[in-house]
Amino acid sequence: MHMADALLSPAVGGVMWVASAATLAVCARKVSARSEDRLVPLMGVLGAFVFAAQMINFAIPGTGSSGHLGGGLLLAILLGPSAAFLVIASVLTVQALFFADGGLLALGANLFNMGVLPCFVAYPLLYRPLAPAGSSRARVGFAAVVAAVGALLLGATGVVLQTVASGISSLPSGPFLALMLPIHLAIGLAEGLATAALVLFLAKARPDLVASPVPVRRRSLAGLAVAAALVAGVLSWFASPRPDGLEWSIAHAAGTAELKAPESGVHGSLALVQATTALLPDYDMPAAKVALEEESPWPEVNAGKSFAGLVGALATLALVVAAGFALGRRR
Amino acid sequence: MSRLESALADLRLADTLASRDTALSRLDPRAKIVTTIAFLFAVVSYERHTVVALLPFLLYPVALASMGEVPWRWLARKLALAAPFAVLMGIANPVLDRTPMEVSQGVTMAGGWISFGSILLRFALTVTAALAVVAGTGMHALCAGLAALGTPRVFTAQLLFLWRYTFVLGGEGARMATAREARGGRGSPTLAVYGSLAGHLLLRAFERAERIYRAMLARGFDGEIRSVRTLRWSPRDTVFVAGWVAFFIAARAVYLPLVLGRLLTGFGG
Repeated sequence: MHMADALLSPAVGGVMWVASAATLAVCARKVSARSEDRLVPLMGVLGAFVFAAQMINFAIPGTGSSGHLGGGLLLAILLGPSAAFLVIASVLTVQALFFADGGLLALGANLFNMGVLPCFVAYPLLYRPLAPAGSSRARVGFAAVVAAVGALLLGATGVVLQTVASGISSLPSGPFLALMLPIHLAIGLAEGLATAALVLFLAKARPDLVASPVPVRRRSLAGLAVAAALVAGVLSWFASPRPDGLEWSIAHAAGTAELKAPESGVHGSLALVQATTALLPDYDMPAAKVALEEESPWPEVNAGKSFAGLVGALATLALVVAAGFALGRRR
Repeated sequence: MSRLESALADLRLADTLASRDTALSRLDPRAKIVTTIAFLFAVVSYERHTVVALLPFLLYPVALASMGEVPWRWLARKLALAAPFAVLMGIANPVLDRTPMEVSQGVTMAGGWISFGSILLRFALTVTAALAVVAGTGMHALCAGLAALGTPRVFTAQLLFLWRYTFVLGGEGARMATAREARGGRGSPTLAVYGSLAGHLLLRAFERAERIYRAMLARGFDGEIRSVRTLRWSPRDTVFVAGWVAFFIAARAVYLPLVLGRLLTGFGG
């Protein structure tokens, strides 16, 4: 689920950074304005809890596999969306810094996929309407599972859109989405079960802690709608000047499919997945023609230049290693 | 559960590494943050089939790790642990992109393999640079730097609280899991057991937060987190930032390995 630096273009990474940093700034102001002193240590400790709980697995009944908590939705239920976003952002930042989960440039995208979407979309639009104050236990559990699945599917879609818009990976959006969504449906179910288990446990043990959820005001919903529209607009802005890259990769996918046996191989099954899900049914035929006409975008390579390039590459590596040793010795 | 324990041990190691006095840790955290951001943008700005032109950028993480005396083995292990996602996302490229590309005299490769190589190299560059900076700076200095660069105070305070209590709550979680195992718990707990296990950890978290809050009040907390750390920008920091940014610009503008190769082989151009 973590987006990685290696797959991002600077434009997409930068846009996601701006979106997440702006959300962070707004949340920071809101939390400061709440002026509840006791929120400060509570947020810190709950962040530490999420951090630890992410590493406690539980068995998923009937599958033999295990799942764990993601935390965004649980935090939103316990703290309200703004404070929850700050907490999940801190958790993701520490993971990016110390465990190289995702990376620093991708942090913006990750904050958006795993912070903004659960806290400002899944929580107010799915969890709250499904489980208003005073709901039964079954209802709270159901709402938690639905909201967690919704958040994970949105997040997975975000990863796909960011990857495709960046154009570093050749994965075409249709099959990629067809691959990501079922996986994240399963992860979302696990996350929802874990969230539900914790909320229900807390409701039994310390009803006072979950009884008074932070009210979601209309204003923050309006802000959310604006933010969502903005992001959607920005993303489509990145998608629209790029149909070439996308078409190009799909063209190659489709081209090879026609030359080789389409039923076999990874490509064949990817194409099959795409055909059966029919997310982008009419991409194949015109794209295949493009493939025949289009030349390789790689610049003309002459032999001397590429030999020099090869020697240069090796020499560069040697220099870097030498610099490492030199700097290391100069303690 | 060994996962939680090993994660905590890892964090502690990173903190220990950062607490040493090295050429890297003496630099102002702001200098390191700004330079690393410039580095990341330079690396990811390349076209997707770029491999060789990215090689000069290896100098930055290598120099950071040397200056910070970061153990290579630690870096390599972290890199390997984080690798599966990048590999997974890139491995489809060789299958989907089969455009032949000439890499050297008479040698052609599928474009997908080249872009896959590019993804792996980008991954190694960005991850090692970030890890080396963190291991040569430490969480407290990093947060001070972030705050000085305009990150909201609430967030840097949150990061420090998280950092402090991850060890406390993580340790509690690890002890709970050990206790469960000592009583015959095998494998992953069922959902019901998990709810109670993690739920109790959550209850302890709430109780601890309350105690911390009272302790903070007793020490005069008024809602504002103050830091006693003062950052001092020295000429050395200016040299660090300016030097590296100049190098990134040069490496981005000039195809350094090719220039070097031409010098070495005598091929004109």
